[in-house]
Amino acid sequence: MRRNNLTFKGGVRLNGNRELSRDKSIEVVQDPKFVYIPLHQHVGAPCKALVKVGDNVKVGQKIGDSEASLTAPVHASVSGVVKGIEKRYTPDGYNVECVVIESDGLNETHESVKPRKDVENLSGEEIVNIIREAGIVGMGGAAFPTHSKMTTSKDGNIDTIILNGAECEPFLTCDFRVMLERSEQVISGLELLMKYFGLNSGYIGIEDDKLEAIEKLESVSKSTGKEINVVALKSKFPQGDSYRIVNSVTGRIVPKGGRCKDVNTMVSNVGTAVAITEAVYEGKPLYERIITVSGNGIKEPKNLLVKIGTTIEDIIAYCGGFNGKPGKIIAGGPMTGHTQFTLDTPITKGTTGIIVFTEAETKPEKVYPCIKCGKCIEVCPVNLQPNLISGFSLKGKFENTEKLNAEACIGCGACTYICPSKRPLTESIAHAKREINANRKSS
Amino acid sequence: MESKVLDPNKDSVVLDDALTVSWAPHIRSNGSVRRIMLDVIIAMVPAMIGSIYFFGLSALTLILASVASAVFFEAATQKLFKKDVLIGDLSAVVTGILLAFNLPANAPWWVAVFGAGFAIVIVKECFGGIGSNFMNPALAARAALVASWPEIMSSYVNPDGIASATPLAILKSGGGVSSLPSLNRMFMGDIGGSLGEVSAILLLIGGIYLLVRGVIEWRIPTFYILTTVVMLLILGVDSSLIIYHILGGGLILGAFFMATDYASSPTTPKGKIIFAIGAGLLTAIIRVKGGMPEGVSYSILLMNIATPIIEKFTKPKVFGEGK
Repeated sequence: MRRNNLTFKGGVRLNGNRELSRDKSIEVVQDPKFVYIPLHQHVGAPCKALVKVGDNVKVGQKIGDSEASLTAPVHASVSGVVKGIEKRYTPDGYNVECVVIESDGLNETHESVKPRKDVENLSGEEIVNIIREAGIVGMGGAAFPTHSKMTTSKDGNIDTIILNGAECEPFLTCDFRVMLERSEQVISGLELLMKYFGLNSGYIGIEDDKLEAIEKLESVSKSTGKEINVVALKSKFPQGDSYRIVNSVTGRIVPKGGRCKDVNTMVSNVGTAVAITEAVYEGKPLYERIITVSGNGIKEPKNLLVKIGTTIEDIIAYCGGFNGKPGKIIAGGPMTGHTQFTLDTPITKGTTGIIVFTEAETKPEKVYPCIKCGKCIEVCPVNLQPNLISGFSLKGKFENTEKLNAEACIGCGACTYICPSKRPLTESIAHAKREINANRKSS
Repeated sequence: MESKVLDPNKDSVVLDDALTVSWAPHIRSNGSVRRIMLDVIIAMVPAMIGSIYFFGLSALTLILASVASAVFFEAATQKLFKKDVLIGDLSAVVTGILLAFNLPANAPWWVAVFGAGFAIVIVKECFGGIGSNFMNPALAARAALVASWPEIMSSYVNPDGIASATPLAILKSGGGVSSLPSLNRMFMGDIGGSLGEVSAILLLIGGIYLLVRGVIEWRIPTFYILTTVVMLLILGVDSSLIIYHILGGGLILGAFFMATDYASSPTTPKGKIIFAIGAGLLTAIIRVKGGMPEGVSYSILLMNIATPIIEKFTKPKVFGEGK
């Protein structure tokens, strides 16, 4: 029987706003004229370019890599000619080197990309190598190199794998569509992870507002003969945060300052599982991903399969352009995503969506004094006192914020969301965290 | 998977003005301070109508005088302090109604005006305005009025206009069940007492509304009333009289509307429980062992003062930090 209503303490119920794109099937976008592929779009060391201006490249060809252990190579997403290597901002706000490729429109695949027949005989080490070479990173937004997560987790005693299909951010529906339309690949990605860790069972956690996805994955997983438990999570933000989903599904509590592996668990996004399947079975590196384009500021909200390096401008054009005057463009979800200041920014492996708010929806609200209602404390999933930390941060008393464990903040935004006084709680706590880090480094 | 290929049409992507850039999150709940205060006012409407029904025009006069002067004093002080005038948040209206609820029905109107001035100017604005008052303003004003005009503040009338002792005063002088009003009258509010405290049923309707709307949470009212009951029993009060203790004084008004004041009660979940238990213990002790028949207002005020230290010692444990 399916386990229902699993949850964690704290959090907020949000209006999902998913009806805009929920029922839109994934559409494949034609190659843009130019792609700008950032050499640093993951946690860890940046890549060095392996190509130079004038080189011909094909789809799936490795164009950047690094010697460092924590890194992920990048690949050409179109076939064509390298036109330059220039600095651009990524959606997260970093200014990094990007390989500019002009597409020849042929979409020719590189010879290194070929299906594998002997998947059953692959060793764990070979699987990790394939995943590393494919440049796979966490596709839920964190962009942590998957091969590194797998090898460091292997040092621990992993007994539980959870695929994260919570998708708790409003507006986003890309994981939902992936689970519906690529169910087999999701399951086989999970099976590969299970095989790597020598396990016979695994979990897929999905918020209960995505019942179709739960039912689809349940029926697909039945045919595998393995123990795959699809569990329904309460639709509550931030259910998809990895420590929250570990807590909801297993009841385990990741210790302060620890990692999921400290409680013998590994969590991976459902989109990442698809990428793992494609890399292992089809030899296909991570050069395209599924994103949601939504919000009231976009004409035709859609779920798209786009090439990494496509600019936001191209993506918005594919979706019929702006609806009215745009006020904010957010890469990722509206609770934790980053606002954009230019349309030249390319999407990366960690970009889950592009959300456009109209100008009218962007008006800042008047900030009111804190009335000490305590709602921020109630919703904080890590039990902080956002009202106090924020108060000290705004006064520049960062040593006090440290005593109140400001660093434990996961930046989910629940406190700012719920605050009736519209105070910048998450924002000022993020500021305090930076100051604490800076002080530590300088002392 | 059905695939559709789209043609780019960039003419539709024009950016005339700069985009707004800000830190996440980018959405806000539709809650507001004004909405919270409006909910508190709505919750007090039944008891307000009840007080006018029971005590007549004098109740209405006191409520109007209290609310109008609270709003006036708030605007005047904020102007004087060169701060934004925030009377639109309705918090002064709430203080005004609560103050009126704490007055005897036959008190003269200027008592309400003086009380509202003390509550708003001294207790609220001088300590930093909304959210910074260290005591419940209405209760502090009541204490100031009791100290200044003890006779006015302790002469209660029955709804029929005849001066009479409150149920708690009857209990204090050793009266038994036979000398008290019927339970039905106690519950409906046809008894002596201050304006807003008499009708348990109307206050409970408002209290439940606040709980349902999420304006207050269950910890403070529940632990406050339970602790008072337990402590009364420990202090030797006969169990047949307990219900009169719950319905007869300001306990329900205090537990749902006064002790739950945001600024002067702890924000931490554990702190709320300790605060409520403390208020309950003090209420029972004052009622049974003290010189006054009623102890709700002083016990809440005393716990208000203890709030900062309670908060300090009930800091929640960070997720993943020990068990």
